[in-house]
Amino acid sequence: MKTTGYSEGLVYALVGNPNCGKTTLFNALTGLRQKVGNYPGVTIERKEGEFYSQHGVRLRVIDLPGAYSLNARSPDEAILRDVLLGRRPDTPRPDRIVCVVDASNPERNLYLFTQILELGVPVILVLNMVDVAERNGLRFDVERLAERFGVPVIPMVASQKKGLVELKVAMSRQELPSPKPLLDAMPVPVRGALVRARENLAAAGIVAATASPLEPLYLISGHDPTHYGIAPAAVAMIRLGREQLEREVPGWEDRLVAARYDAIHAALESVVRRPESASATLTDKLDTVLLHKVWGWLALAGTLGFLFYLIFSVVEIPVGWIESGFSALTAKITGTSEIPGWMPDGDLRSLMTDGVISGVSGVIVFLPQILILFFFIGFMEDTGYMARVAFLMDRIMSRVGLTGKSFLPILGSHACAVPGVMAARTIESPRDRLITILVAPLAACSARLPVYLLLIAALVPGKAVPAPMKAGILTGLYAAGIAGVFCFAWLFNKKLLPGAPSAMILELPAYKMPSFANIARQMAGRAWMFIRRAGTVILGLSILLWGASTYPKLRNADGTLSEDKSAALAHSAAGRLGHAIEPVIRPMGADWKIGIGLISSFAAREVFVSTMSVIYNVEAEDDDDGTRRLRDRLAAERRPDGTPVYTPALCASLMVFFVFAMQCLSTIAVVRRETHSWKWPLFQLAYMTGTAWLLATAVYQLISALSS
Amino acid sequence: MLKPGETGVIVTLPEGAPSLTRLREMGLLPGTRVEFIRRAPMGDPVEIGVRGALLSLRDAEASLIEVETERAAGV
Repeated sequence: MKTTGYSEGLVYALVGNPNCGKTTLFNALTGLRQKVGNYPGVTIERKEGEFYSQHGVRLRVIDLPGAYSLNARSPDEAILRDVLLGRRPDTPRPDRIVCVVDASNPERNLYLFTQILELGVPVILVLNMVDVAERNGLRFDVERLAERFGVPVIPMVASQKKGLVELKVAMSRQELPSPKPLLDAMPVPVRGALVRARENLAAAGIVAATASPLEPLYLISGHDPTHYGIAPAAVAMIRLGREQLEREVPGWEDRLVAARYDAIHAALESVVRRPESASATLTDKLDTVLLHKVWGWLALAGTLGFLFYLIFSVVEIPVGWIESGFSALTAKITGTSEIPGWMPDGDLRSLMTDGVISGVSGVIVFLPQILILFFFIGFMEDTGYMARVAFLMDRIMSRVGLTGKSFLPILGSHACAVPGVMAARTIESPRDRLITILVAPLAACSARLPVYLLLIAALVPGKAVPAPMKAGILTGLYAAGIAGVFCFAWLFNKKLLPGAPSAMILELPAYKMPSFANIARQMAGRAWMFIRRAGTVILGLSILLWGASTYPKLRNADGTLSEDKSAALAHSAAGRLGHAIEPVIRPMGADWKIGIGLISSFAAREVFVSTMSVIYNVEAEDDDDGTRRLRDRLAAERRPDGTPVYTPALCASLMVFFVFAMQCLSTIAVVRRETHSWKWPLFQLAYMTGTAWLLATAVYQLISALSS
Repeated sequence: MLKPGETGVIVTLPEGAPSLTRLREMGLLPGTRVEFIRRAPMGDPVEIGVRGALLSLRDAEASLIEVETERAAGV
């Protein structure tokens, strides 16, 4: 019996396999009283909530990541293990555990439960989705199960809140019985070896001397301890312990698994009544179509087509509102010649309008895309189709050492790398996730499009580019981006992070109706996380970039500020930087004016177009007319020796540069946030922009040599 | 070796490989019935049914699992 901590609120952990309905249950229990954060050092959401029992006792609930076993194979499972064993300083060790089991698939789901029963903490077993189980012909004798396991058993349909009151009553009980472990005893030699392993680990300070032998068991049997926040010295100890155990009791791990399943089988044999005939389920019928050689691809293409329609077309509507909202705000502040603005002209107003407001709007403008992509991902995950997409696409992604799970983040990056990189969270393998994040920004995002269009327009001076040629070049640029994704994924897989390819063991969950409340919560959580963590970095860097393109100020001979925007920009720190990098970008055919464009478009690629308008003193208007004027101005630009600057060679070189270069500080901020270090975003910046420079130079030199 | 649509019983799984340990933990043990449901349209991975769940695994792992078809076993 454990009653400590009752006064300040019992801590419950909510555990279960993926797709067992745990999140739905968590939401039903805690309602809006929840906090979503992050476990420090890893990209795993930390969800905690609370509710009050009928007697007014506060109960805290930690929703742990879905897992199949305490033998952690992914960072998610390592978090589960570490929290349950009390190994995480940031999370209290749970006083009690609610183990959620998908009643329609009890055998496999109870495997984790057998491990949970041994932890020496009171457990409540929730048989979730009993309605589905009944439809499949499975009936449970709840009382006999409760007696067999020694724990309260609550049948539930969490999505309909059926059984919720019973669960809350059970959770509020002062005392819960101690569970009876299913395995009467761990095989004696294994136990002996684990006790010795505990002594070694305790001597090294890795576990407490009083730790149960289970703690070394789950540390040792973890797939690869290096990923999971265990100190390197401890990893060596753990490996040693593993080797020792393997020598003393060969095949101990597999024997233990078999013993657990035997126990589950025996426990269920007496309780579950199986139907005689198993008719084809809805999932079987749907999969016959959705995984079909022809219809499966069509369904996938249709789904992705719809996604693209949403993130390319529909997203324009809210983005338009956001942009016009912010420009209206800017107009209010600036005022017109008749109506005075809210702020007088000056540096402060410029900081406000060109720095802060454009920075904030640069953050907010990502929200529609993030919300739409995460709505889509939530929908696909909740219905069960997401796993099917990974199943269909796995073969292609395996060519470059990834799995089917990397497909959607990379596809999403074709709209915008920011949500794409965030979507890589759905990949369990840390290595696959990192490679996916590193290559995702090579996908041709929508911010590249205006730059491509301007450069294509500048290719043929004085007249419109024929449509087939325009389409051909655009297709080529998108293909170059995809080629970049695959080449670098292959390279990183071989050289940067070599290792055994991940075995893609993936459960294809039964299809079910999605819960829009769950999806909405997830969308809101992700959006808020983006604003708080990445948004602040984006805002800070935007203000920095504003400062660089504003100061120092250009003054006329009489000391007044110059009205010549082009000259003022050239005089500013950004302009000087453009001059400074000229020797570096000269091999790719660019001069210092283009250098300013490249520097300022580091904020976001599409800024290149507006910066070039300022540099060449073209009234920037976001329409065809504006593009045409800018194009004509570019065509007229001459070098000191009278030859045109914007030759086809330069246009091609710049296009290639924009295909590969990491010209996006928002992506850098998000990658830093998702990888928890500056190391990877800086590496990404170096490899992408380095490749961009090399290829752009090669293209420029080659075309120049051929055309001279 | 099973063909799509066939059901069999697992005879052995090689011991020791981490990915196979996970398959064991997901219920693929000697004596367990498995159904080879289908191959992905591009040939790999494969989908199997085991203990009421649908799992996808790659040929690399699936080919290590030795299975006796039910017909041959006389069931």
